[in-house]
Amino acid sequence: MSRGNIQGRESFLNQVAEKLGRPRSEHVERPEWQAQPQWDVFADENTDQLVERFKAQCDNIHTDVIETDMDGLQNAVAETIGAYQADSVIMWADDRLECAGLDDAFRSQMSALGVESAVWDTAKGEENIGVAERASVGITYSDITLAESGTVVLLAAPEKGRVVNLFPENYIAVIPRSSLVPRMTQATHRIHERVQNGEDIPSQIHFVSGPSNSADIEMSLVVGVHGPVRATYILLGDI
Amino acid sequence: MPLRVGEKDFEQRVNTGLEDAFMRGTVRSAQEKLRTRKQASSEELGDWEAWRTLGEDIRSHTLEHLDYYLEQLSDKVAERGGHVYFAKTAEEGNAYVQQVAREKEAKKIVKSKSMVTEEMSLNDALEDDGLEVVETDLGEYILQVDDHDPPSHIVAPSLHKNRTQIKDVFADKKGYEESDHADDITRFVRDELRGDFLDADIGITGCNFAVAESGTVSLVTNEGNADLATALPKTQISVMSMERIVPTWEELDVMVSLLCRSAVGQKLTSYITALTGPKGEDEIDGPEEFHLVIVDNGRSDILGTQFQSALHCIRCAACVNVCPVYRHVGGHAYGSIYNGPIGAVLTPLLDGYEDNKDLPYASSLCAACTEACPVKIPLHEHLIAHRQIITEKENLGPMPEKWAMKMFGTGASKPKLYRLGSKQAHRVMRPWTKGSSISNGPGPLKAWTNARDMPAPANERFRDWFANRRRSEPDE
Repeated sequence: MSRGNIQGRESFLNQVAEKLGRPRSEHVERPEWQAQPQWDVFADENTDQLVERFKAQCDNIHTDVIETDMDGLQNAVAETIGAYQADSVIMWADDRLECAGLDDAFRSQMSALGVESAVWDTAKGEENIGVAERASVGITYSDITLAESGTVVLLAAPEKGRVVNLFPENYIAVIPRSSLVPRMTQATHRIHERVQNGEDIPSQIHFVSGPSNSADIEMSLVVGVHGPVRATYILLGDI
Repeated sequence: MPLRVGEKDFEQRVNTGLEDAFMRGTVRSAQEKLRTRKQASSEELGDWEAWRTLGEDIRSHTLEHLDYYLEQLSDKVAERGGHVYFAKTAEEGNAYVQQVAREKEAKKIVKSKSMVTEEMSLNDALEDDGLEVVETDLGEYILQVDDHDPPSHIVAPSLHKNRTQIKDVFADKKGYEESDHADDITRFVRDELRGDFLDADIGITGCNFAVAESGTVSLVTNEGNADLATALPKTQISVMSMERIVPTWEELDVMVSLLCRSAVGQKLTSYITALTGPKGEDEIDGPEEFHLVIVDNGRSDILGTQFQSALHCIRCAACVNVCPVYRHVGGHAYGSIYNGPIGAVLTPLLDGYEDNKDLPYASSLCAACTEACPVKIPLHEHLIAHRQIITEKENLGPMPEKWAMKMFGTGASKPKLYRLGSKQAHRVMRPWTKGSSISNGPGPLKAWTNARDMPAPANERFRDWFANRRRSEPDE
């Protein structure tokens, strides 16, 4: 990837330093912060306890939770699609979804039931965006899951289109129990470590907590604005 | 829309606010809702005071080394193939965005909510070039469709409008035919804007926090509009005011946690979107080109002054939501896109005292704002410091203040006069007194009693009461 341009930097930063009353900072060590309460939140809780927290929070953010295992995933997804009265689905081209049972055979079965399903296909380029726009359900996997806020963390990659969890009116996230951490602190710490190791981080890291919403009209909550209107999380026992 | 909005003077704006019964009602209930939610969600976090201390430490360290972190940020953005433009003024920033739009031969731009682009009047600059600019945040969209009505709250910009007014705006301008229920209106806006997201050539966003270590821009939203505005157009331009930056992802966690709780009482908003450079080579959605515009526009003049901590602000509006003055006069009374206590502190710093000398007086100095601030900005102390500068150095104090201070100064400096004045107060004020309060006061009191009662002077002066009490106490 070619390096981008930087314009107007020197005089801008010189002025900042001058106003701060010192020469330009050559090197700055981030201090060890005195208070670090973020690490104490739910620190001692085991996965079962975190699952309970997660479920309770999902209730607050208008998100249904189905607990099942690998054998039950196909049923849970089919039932959710049925409950949404949906006729078209788009999902990430993610090995983990396929291994969990959302594979070609499953898609053929769905098709026999009148539900068209598509997988995000990098070979098809921008066609994918139109497919996602017309789909009524989008399915992704959760890369990291935050118990406190009921959040799935989605790390962008070519086979994991960004609009899959945005365009369709209904959103399903498949969540392995093992992806659960107490809160955002653990997720951002992992990303920080990747940066420190010199790795490139994904072009988009999306923290998604339930369906889209707004309270811009008279402060009354409307669930479903530009993103999904309804969301279901399917929590899978450890794989 | 520039920083300052409207032609009316402060007193006219305040009166308009006070007379708008609907607006006062919604502001009151909005404040109550947001305040209650903030309280509940911050209690869950455990030691909220420790969180505030951490927030303050992070903000003050980052601002002290702002040049270092901005340099790191820009290097990292460039490494990932993004372009960075440092704009000292609003004009420079606008000119850069205009230039990118011309190069891309853009016709339509979708925008997600950004206060700094409001401050820069970026939309006007782009519209002057013949571009169609669509605001996609629901509140901002309502204001844009209603002939660019100014925002009245930092987080909920259309707070001053009721749903019937909003329905009428859409019926009038967009042929909307459904009910005035928020659900129906929102569904209509979803359908209206979907096409705009798909057609737009450029997506413009603000930036809640940039992460220096990775060259990342984060956006904190609920509606999904910022996410679509950065997933679909081929070009993304993010505009950040220069202080909106954290050193690493670990500090991003803390600031986002404080922001979501303080702004709307959520643990996290529905979407926190962290964007690093343009899309990867094999990715299909996401921008092919990424530009970051870093804007000073008067902020560096605040660095190194007693007001530096005003730049710690994370735009959560917690101070607005507890302010008794905002509660009564509403956001438009401030005449600035930044309203409430932080607006009264920031607007004179960015725009000078001359046109904003009344704002630091739009406060009862009750300090609720300082207590609510998640990064401990001493807002009421900044307001006092502004007043000192206005009255002492610039001699710009508003007339009632000058008059009252002069009278009080004369009275208080001469013990005999002071004793006489305070002895007479009870008798002098009797014609306006009902029971123990004054509800329709004369002269300078009128402005106060229009909105609320003033306690009447006591029958017995404190001095007399204290002296009598001392006398009646038994010797120890």
